[in-house]
Amino acid sequence: MSATAQAVEARWRRERSAGRRRTLAWSLAFAAAVSVAAVVGQVDIARLLAGLPRAADYITRTIPTLRWDHLAQDLAEWMWGFDLWLELLLDTVLIAYAGTVLGGGAALLMSFAASATLAPSWAVAVSRRLLEFARTVPTLVFALIFVYAFGLGPLAGLLAIALHSFGALGKLFAEVHENADLHSVEAVRAAGGSWAEAMRFGVLPQSLPGLLSFGLLRFEINVREASVLGIVGAGGIGEELYLSVRQFEYPDISAIILLILLTVTLIDALTTRLRHRILGAESLRPA
Amino acid sequence: MSSLARTPVMFGLGFLLLLLGLWRVDASPLRLIEGAQKLGWLVVLMWPPSAGGALTELLAALAETVAMAFLGTLLAVVVALPLCFLGAGNIVTNTLTRFTVRRTYDGLRGIDSLVWALIFVSAVGMGPFAGILALAVPDIGLLAKVFSEALESADRRQVEGVRAGGGSRLHAIRFGLIPQVAPVMLSQTLYTFESNTRSATILGVVGAGGIGLALGDRIRLNNWDEAAFIVLLILVTVAVIDSLSRRIRLRLIRA
Repeated sequence: MSATAQAVEARWRRERSAGRRRTLAWSLAFAAAVSVAAVVGQVDIARLLAGLPRAADYITRTIPTLRWDHLAQDLAEWMWGFDLWLELLLDTVLIAYAGTVLGGGAALLMSFAASATLAPSWAVAVSRRLLEFARTVPTLVFALIFVYAFGLGPLAGLLAIALHSFGALGKLFAEVHENADLHSVEAVRAAGGSWAEAMRFGVLPQSLPGLLSFGLLRFEINVREASVLGIVGAGGIGEELYLSVRQFEYPDISAIILLILLTVTLIDALTTRLRHRILGAESLRPA
Repeated sequence: MSSLARTPVMFGLGFLLLLLGLWRVDASPLRLIEGAQKLGWLVVLMWPPSAGGALTELLAALAETVAMAFLGTLLAVVVALPLCFLGAGNIVTNTLTRFTVRRTYDGLRGIDSLVWALIFVSAVGMGPFAGILALAVPDIGLLAKVFSEALESADRRQVEGVRAGGGSRLHAIRFGLIPQVAPVMLSQTLYTFESNTRSATILGVVGAGGIGLALGDRIRLNNWDEAAFIVLLILVTVAVIDSLSRRIRLRLIRA
């Protein structure tokens, strides 16, 4: 065998054994993580096996009795609270909508200061920390605190959603602004416009489709979040769901969950269509 | 109507809907001012944050939270891996089956993990086990969907190349398919772990284990300095997990 072939062979062996060692190290780290988590999370295989049939049994109980020959009657009995639930669902969507708009509005004001290309670095640092805080604290934690300050009811939920959306959207909005072409900003400035005017007429028209698209995505997420805020007393359909779980009204649980699912699907389909239209309109604009 | 004329109308309707929402939740200025004053008091009470002498207990609860997120993600991956073949268009060619399977995945995803937690606490009792199940169920839907999309976008020619080179079916999967889909699946799994860490921090509010239980208790008992301390602990944990997971993700993509 020639020297070159031998060198290649030796190199290949070295690389292969290094690759195997790496795989082994990752596998060991993973196995260690699993066992530590299992101990800390108090996972008991016996309890797990005992728990699974109970979970299955619980889910079976929530399935309503629907007989083919009495279908209308059975459906009516299953959905006995339909009027109340529908009203609460509409409230839920409204809470999510108002929260998204208020949070998005605040995020829009803050986002210019958080864009590295548009604002001085101290303003970027301060506003980014603020947004990060609002985005990292879960909506439910804000809701728990606001229920205490503003009293039980949907107002607390709306404010919690608005605050969390402010953090999440502010970051995304700032990133959209950072992608904007700076020539139009220079043009507005050169024509004697102030910084605020440069943002309004130089940046906003470029970022608007992106902002609306992110806002609609956030609205979808917020409808899901608003549907659970009732669990801590912050309004919406979650309150009824919490009640029915607590009182073991099994068919009610499945009825409410089904209605939430339908609402979420409907909102998703609607916002997807709107988003496509907005982004489609953007691609039609002259470059 | 031209689109230029339609835009103000859309914004006007949106604004009216906002007003309707504010009216519906009874957001009167008086209530807002009173609430803001109370909130100011709470913030004053929160300072300085204090562990209230229960630091070890809180750290244990935090470890439980991360463990729940980890095991929930693991469980979801284990279940989603076989399921993803059912949703992939290049494997299951029956459109009706694929449609049903995909809608089921969407359904699992459409319900928040807190609702699942509520149900599982009621079904299997309080504790981290209910939390693990509650995190896993919506993730199964998400991961099965993403995994099947990864399978669909995999390039067939690499699989065919291994087969043409004399490899067995197993070889074709090992050297043709897995190198294409594994990085996508792993990085999606890590994303899911990050988001589960965030979700797991609040599941305790309904009794499903983790730090949320302590947080809910402190707020109910008006221990605002301790509640603030727990929120800070959560923020630090989420930041640490995020940066760890990001580093692992970057290494995986490079390797």
